[in-house]
Amino acid sequence: MQEFLARAWRGLVAHLDTPLLLITLMLMAAGLPTVYSATYDANSHLVPQMVNMAIGLCAMWAVAQLPPQKLMRFGVPLYLVGVLLLILVFFFGIKVNGARRWLSLGFTRIQPSELLKIAVPLMLAWYFHKHEALLKFRHYVVASLLLLVPFALIAKQPDLGTAILVGAAGFYVIFFAGLSWRVIGGLLAVAGAAAPFAWTMLHDYQRKRILTLLDPTTDPLGSGYHIIQSTIAIGSGGNYGKGWLAGTQTHLEFIPERHTDFILAVFAEERGLLGNGILLLLYLLLIGRGLIIAGNASTLFGRVLAGSVTLSFFTYVFVNMGMVSGILPVVGVPLPFMSYGGTALVTLSVGIGMLMSINTHRMLVRT
Amino acid sequence: MLARQSSLHASDRELSRFHFRVVLAAFAVLAALSLLGARFYYLQVVQHDYYSTRAEDNRISVVPIVPNRGVIVDRAGIILARNYSAFTLEITPSNVENLEATIDGLSKLIDIESKDKRRFRKLLEEGRSFESLPIRTRLSEEEVARFAANRYLFPGVEVKARLFRQYPLGSVASHAIGYINRINKRDLEKIAEREQTANYKGTDHIGKTGLEQHYEFALHGETGYEQVEIDAGGRAIRSLSRTPPVQGSHLTLTLDVKLQEVAEKAFGDRRGALVAIEPSTGGILALVSSPTFDPNLFIDGIRTEDWDVLNKSRDRPMLNRALNGTYPPGSTYKPFMALAALETGRRTAGQSISDPGYFNFGGHHFRDDKVGGHGTVDMYKSIVQSCDTYYYQLATDMGIDAIARFMGQLGFGQRTGVDLDGESEGVLPSPEWKKRRFRRPEQQKWYAGETVSIGIGQGYNSYTPIQLAQATATVANKGVMFRPHLVKYLTDSRSGEKTMIEPEPLRRLPWKPQHVETIKNAMIGVNTQGTGARAFAGAGYTSGGKTGTAQVFSLKGSTYKESSVKKELRDHALFIAFAPAEEPQIALAVIVENGGFGAQSAAPIARMVIDYYLLGKLPKGAAEEDDVKED
Repeated sequence: MQEFLARAWRGLVAHLDTPLLLITLMLMAAGLPTVYSATYDANSHLVPQMVNMAIGLCAMWAVAQLPPQKLMRFGVPLYLVGVLLLILVFFFGIKVNGARRWLSLGFTRIQPSELLKIAVPLMLAWYFHKHEALLKFRHYVVASLLLLVPFALIAKQPDLGTAILVGAAGFYVIFFAGLSWRVIGGLLAVAGAAAPFAWTMLHDYQRKRILTLLDPTTDPLGSGYHIIQSTIAIGSGGNYGKGWLAGTQTHLEFIPERHTDFILAVFAEERGLLGNGILLLLYLLLIGRGLIIAGNASTLFGRVLAGSVTLSFFTYVFVNMGMVSGILPVVGVPLPFMSYGGTALVTLSVGIGMLMSINTHRMLVRT
Repeated sequence: MLARQSSLHASDRELSRFHFRVVLAAFAVLAALSLLGARFYYLQVVQHDYYSTRAEDNRISVVPIVPNRGVIVDRAGIILARNYSAFTLEITPSNVENLEATIDGLSKLIDIESKDKRRFRKLLEEGRSFESLPIRTRLSEEEVARFAANRYLFPGVEVKARLFRQYPLGSVASHAIGYINRINKRDLEKIAEREQTANYKGTDHIGKTGLEQHYEFALHGETGYEQVEIDAGGRAIRSLSRTPPVQGSHLTLTLDVKLQEVAEKAFGDRRGALVAIEPSTGGILALVSSPTFDPNLFIDGIRTEDWDVLNKSRDRPMLNRALNGTYPPGSTYKPFMALAALETGRRTAGQSISDPGYFNFGGHHFRDDKVGGHGTVDMYKSIVQSCDTYYYQLATDMGIDAIARFMGQLGFGQRTGVDLDGESEGVLPSPEWKKRRFRRPEQQKWYAGETVSIGIGQGYNSYTPIQLAQATATVANKGVMFRPHLVKYLTDSRSGEKTMIEPEPLRRLPWKPQHVETIKNAMIGVNTQGTGARAFAGAGYTSGGKTGTAQVFSLKGSTYKESSVKKELRDHALFIAFAPAEEPQIALAVIVENGGFGAQSAAPIARMVIDYYLLGKLPKGAAEEDDVKED
């Protein structure tokens, strides 16, 4: 009996990566009380967030069980379904607050762009893996096109935050697959030259956000308001913070979106520089562990996927913390494992699960 | 096996390149996160004092300053909608410990009725406990003084000066002007869609109907803001900086409110609609939907009793009949049919038929109103005496497609694009329309017999009064068609700059001048010797007109006897007119619901309106029904 239990336990944890699991759990442990603090005045999101986290952990475990060869098979179908749904959104999506991001299924609505955060790196990693032996320049061109289609559809919705995340995830795959430095340099030069044109392509509100970043006081009622209030929250937190549930900025409702995208402002106000330092350290460890997994991966698929997933986490963290602390424009990107929201939690957990899968199925692949 | 080996070798280089890039990425991540760390250090340590001052001791609050809403005046400058300042007693629930005790205490000082409490509860339920919510509006000077003396007893309660909307003429032109009311969830979505969310911070009213709704974003203006320091209790201590708001644009209407009043009075207590248009511009001179309502009732949130009266009335005063009532045009359709006949070459003005009193179509007799018929009838006589047989025959000869094409050009069955929201389309019958409208195949088919009564404006024909007025104005204006509109120009409150509406015609219909002349002459004939002659006797100007009657319920075989039919089942009376005939300055369409014959109740209203507009003659009361039994 005891032996049976021991064997069952070993089977259960066989494909989990202890460092990744611990870091994730610690981040969740930091996030949950913050969500509570941000929402308890009105209606607490504590229980729903716990449910979200439980679902996320289950998804993580399930994905970790799948060997990379199986994960690879999801690449093409997920990508095709994702792009098809994005096209449907383009034509039939529901418009909420001026953006067409949602698809109505009658009983509920879905946001297909979220799926692409997973599907794009999977698809591109599969593509490079398939052509591994003879990677030519044209493969990078095809990969770029595969990336560009969903990116453009999402940017058009408009949903700049998700577009950035999907675009970055795809770019990281191409980068780790060995895109030459000359091309990267060339792209940067082109991007620099095209920036003025891109500026004219942006929506008014997006332009406004960038201008507001340069001088938040020009629009204190509109988008500047978010930045002004969140920097006050962070700054007033000081070394050790005002204490849990004691953030005045938070509880006097000065911080908008305080349980979702701006949760860092709540955390920083109540936990201070010490809390922020620990949080940064946790993310650094998470990314470090991910990069080690990428470095040790045995196949091209594993390497580029792990690299891309890991740097995507970095992108989430950097873009979110950057906007909340007022050094990047405001775009809709949540803070991993801290922000409230089921969809984001599941997506991120699936990412962790894929890292675990790549790491724990390594030996099996070699033999 | 060998191949695999060599590919493994080849990938050694790839592998070391990959590792190099991973290390590079690690450094980039480290650098970026260090940058964030430095930013946090800067904010939380270096600038900590500054930010904690801002957050803790003197929380700075950005207070929006709501702009004054634009004023609406008629073409002569008479004020139709304005703002006035009044004191309100307001509570910020989050700053009050015991809300019930506070309200009870206040009730002892100031008269607070149960309806005030109900409204306050409703606002509270909307989850606005952090906002300052009104418990009593329009305080008297004495009440303000009484509260000021006892203010220290009521933390979280304040007297504020707020602007209120007022419609000084009450119910006059209420369907055109509309009203404002508290912003609800759907309005918020609309505001967000227009990316006006920031501009509506602090605004709690929005245009709900009429011009107030259509020109909402022009009338609203730009919200200003004031940065104030507030203490821990949320009370403002001092102002730091102030950006003044910009008042909304003023609307100057084409509407002549004196004429509007005359027209509304002419209806008396009857239901109906009237639209009068200046043919040369498309400017609406009067837009009546009777009965009306008092828009002032809505401003503070309408009381339940008032709403019940309006909502449950069988006369449906909230319905804008001019835009949303659809009626068969009856015989007022005949001049347009005749013009279509001339333009398509199906008839000449001189061609005549002989009318036996009915039209035989496939063994079915379509009756004429006049027993025994009108004898020999040419186009002129067909309009002046309103001969049905002529048009049964004409419609059959033209065919439904040609009719629909011509009438569509005149704007029938389409939204006119008037500057009010929610206009109805009406129905321009055609085989395509039937296909769209019905689902069963046997219903979708157009039967030739259905074309017959289309010719006299019955059958599926169903139009709004504003469409009928637009078509009349277009004929009066010889085919130059304008979009009907209520606003003449907007005035920017800052620069005084005027933005004119509609200087350009919508389209120029290429009608032959002699065709239009024929029709206009016949319509003049209606008002001198035909069905409209009695109503326009001794007018002192020449006018063109046409009477019409729209069947409310069909009579199977029996003759229509007005006295024997209940009032709600009486036919609708219609009249279209333009004057002066030589150079029309006004064109209009009138409908009186259940008014019987057009000549009987609609034409006298048109006479009063035109008399006032051209001669300045004020009527004594509501138009009386003439004792006319023909149409």
